[in-house]
Amino acid sequence: MSGRVLVGVKRVIDYAVKIRVKPDNTGVVTDGVKHSMNPFCEIAVEEAVKLKEKKLIKEVVAVSCGPQQAQETIRTALAMGADRGIHVEVAGKDYETLGPLQVSKILAALAKKEDAQLIILGKQAIDDDCNQTGQMTAALLDWPQGTFASEVSLEGDKVKVVREIDGGLETIKINTPAVVTADLRLNTPRYATLPNIMKAKKKKIANVKPADLGVDLTSRLEVLRVDEPPQRQAGMKVETVDDLVGKLKETGRI
Amino acid sequence: GTMANPLRAEVVRLYKTLLYLGREYPKGGDYFRDRLRAAFAKNKSVQDPAQIKEMIARGEYVARELEALYYLRKYRAMKKRYYEE
Repeated sequence: MSGRVLVGVKRVIDYAVKIRVKPDNTGVVTDGVKHSMNPFCEIAVEEAVKLKEKKLIKEVVAVSCGPQQAQETIRTALAMGADRGIHVEVAGKDYETLGPLQVSKILAALAKKEDAQLIILGKQAIDDDCNQTGQMTAALLDWPQGTFASEVSLEGDKVKVVREIDGGLETIKINTPAVVTADLRLNTPRYATLPNIMKAKKKKIANVKPADLGVDLTSRLEVLRVDEPPQRQAGMKVETVDDLVGKLKETGRI
Repeated sequence: GTMANPLRAEVVRLYKTLLYLGREYPKGGDYFRDRLRAAFAKNKSVQDPAQIKEMIARGEYVARELEALYYLRKYRAMKKRYYEE
């Protein structure tokens, strides 16, 4: 086994930013807005780096798809301990329509090219909340998948994954190569410290175009409209239970 | 004049680390930076290496506390958004 782990990292609007919908309802405002690595991707990077520190794998390769700024996200992964990065250049309209289908095709192609033993991704991105890329990547590669992982352990040529599912935990054992997606409780990501950020500048980031990987970026989806969630209605107080029942009937609730 | 204290490099490193970490401080990066400057300025005449080392250790403790704060905030936000029943 190559001992190489591919980690996908996505640049998203920072989790703490208040999202604003564009006046033309075609999307959200991203210009001048603070971006950072998707929190679930941070957990994915941390897991890969921990595996390397335990000497269970040999190399961590951080991958990000997007315009120039995607390199900042890769640099953060490198500062957290990834060995090298791959920036898949996607810009303009292609970037606007880039989604799990396209990214999974890219990751599948890279996994083959890099002879990856494991792909670790965040379970979902906090901007589109698709929760599809890991699953699609595994399907395209015909690899097993351990999604919503809260615990990952390598046992020979197999991976034991404890998964967070409705109503509890499920433990599975899958063959490698495999795709794992990280859930919140998998680990506590380390902070990218200033000295490590400086050291990371020496690490290499390769530039690749989707066409080089034979990937077609055409999207099958068209975003028709983006709206803010409905405003929360102000609550109202009633005096008696009868009033409550009356109001509920009035508003068609019962 | 007097020779620069050999611990100077460590102190500068700590200052840069705290300055970097302080950018995300809840009350604002500027608020943090002003207080950071004041705290370091207050002690700039200290020469005793033992005292300096103790203050460096305290500064490193603050750095770890900031990292923990940022992590907890993020973790709680994610937990609330994705795991609340």
